[in-house]
Amino acid sequence: MTTIERDVEAHDLTIVHMGPSHPAMHGTIHLKLALEGERINKAEVDIGYLHRGFEKEAEAHCWQQIFPYTDRLNYVSPMLNNVGYAMAVEKLLGLTIPERAQYLRVIVGEIARISDHLTYMAAQTMEMGAFTPYFYVMKGRDWLWDLLEEISGARLTHSYVRIGGVAWDMPEGFAERTLAILPKIDQIVVELDKLMTRNRIFLDRMQHIAVISAEDAISYGWTGPCLRASGVDYDVRKAHPYLVYDRMDFEIPIGTDCDNMDRYLVRMEEMRQSMRIIQQALEQIPPGPVMVEDKLVVLPRKAATYNTIEEMINHFKLVIDGIRPPAGEVYSYSEAGNGELGFYLVSDGTGRPVKCRVRPPCFMGMAAMEQMITGHMVADVIPTFDTVNMIGGECDR
Amino acid sequence: MSHKALEKLRQRFSSSIVETHDFRGDDTAVIQREALVEVVSWLREVHDLELNMLTDMTAVDYLQQGHEPRFEVVYHLYSVARKHRLRLKVQLAEEDPVVDSLCEQFKIANWFEREIWDMYGIRFKGHPNLKRILLYEEFVGHPLRKDYPKERRQPLLRRPENEIAEVLARRGKARSLPTATE
Repeated sequence: MTTIERDVEAHDLTIVHMGPSHPAMHGTIHLKLALEGERINKAEVDIGYLHRGFEKEAEAHCWQQIFPYTDRLNYVSPMLNNVGYAMAVEKLLGLTIPERAQYLRVIVGEIARISDHLTYMAAQTMEMGAFTPYFYVMKGRDWLWDLLEEISGARLTHSYVRIGGVAWDMPEGFAERTLAILPKIDQIVVELDKLMTRNRIFLDRMQHIAVISAEDAISYGWTGPCLRASGVDYDVRKAHPYLVYDRMDFEIPIGTDCDNMDRYLVRMEEMRQSMRIIQQALEQIPPGPVMVEDKLVVLPRKAATYNTIEEMINHFKLVIDGIRPPAGEVYSYSEAGNGELGFYLVSDGTGRPVKCRVRPPCFMGMAAMEQMITGHMVADVIPTFDTVNMIGGECDR
Repeated sequence: MSHKALEKLRQRFSSSIVETHDFRGDDTAVIQREALVEVVSWLREVHDLELNMLTDMTAVDYLQQGHEPRFEVVYHLYSVARKHRLRLKVQLAEEDPVVDSLCEQFKIANWFEREIWDMYGIRFKGHPNLKRILLYEEFVGHPLRKDYPKERRQPLLRRPENEIAEVLARRGKARSLPTATE
């Protein structure tokens, strides 16, 4: 008998199962709620329905073959996962990538962050009954995905980043098209703001619900928008600038009330800040190569592979044996849509990782769900679950 | 900045430290498992270290590297105020994969430890609810152990053997059933 079942018998509670197949439990999770009337007396969160064995698969693949798997972690901002993973392997290799590639990673990463937050906004508003903003927001996300498709060739599973740089340079006119779309996204954010932020129904369901203090948030290992909503000033881009974030002028929004509303407001502001970063990066981006010149890391050009024996052997060595980083272990971290995306890699000097651990930022949010919803009404579960922005692929790996 | 944490740790717990390194700038200390709770509590409280966030926790199986002892539990600590990191590691032998739980120190340790139990079969002494988290309770084995074959398939949910036999017998198909571990 689990603790929740003991409690049910002792206090005459009702058990309600939400999910794993529930319209609002997007990402497939299971909540076991022990109710006293409509109030949640105790809750149990059950995750793992989307577990695909990311780490086990990674251990059987070459370092560079893991990119498609990272696309499927947080599948609303795959670019950020690509960047995070590439940075980890580069740290293991001790590799510095060309400046232009760093700028490109910042640009595609920030586009992905906006699309991540827009997806959150869509889910948040729709699941609370506001269907109109969903369409406005999804329209914006589609424009951003058009951009990412243009640069990477895929709408969702980009695999655009490579160890040592990015796959190819941005297409001609990409900067102009991006700069043309940003004001339209900004307009969508304004519309959303007008529709929701002062909306009485929205406020009633968001304010003072699921309050998590800064101390608890740290104890739960929260990072990203959720931690900042709890008033802690920690953003990897500011605290430990990577790529070229130290050259960008942007601000980090911080919450004061530590509730659902703050988690929404922080993301709202972050989209605006990401747009500022994209504009600056597009202005500053220098010309130059987008990949390192290192035969041990980068595949040779196709023409050379097909026409010279050395390059052919180089190609096969990289494909069959893989990149061979030195033996050792690194923990690399970057700011993804939901917070600090960490990769802990262990290499024994062969072409395949001994360990490829990913630290999923929304896992920590789900761990805190039990505390967040206990004492609130059943209806509060939905907006609270949304503010955590749990992405099944990332949480369950 | 972060070298300071390693140095202070060396001064304070010299007898509990097995080894240290700082490969690629990641400060790492391997400590004896008996000292874990004491070290972590101390690192969290000491004024100029304040390593108050357990950002990540995982385990590694070194079976194929011929590394003794076989398992390592890895803790990544971070100080939100001081912005520095430290990695702690505890080595565990195959026959006795047990280490103290950090649930008292960090709320997130509860789920991290459940995941490590699920994936590696390492137990955490003092954990209030050590059960599987990503996999289901009927799952047999710990899949991230290196001796668990990647291709092994298990039925999603096993009905009791006698129940299955009964169903099959009713349908006239009674035969010996393969076990899930094959």
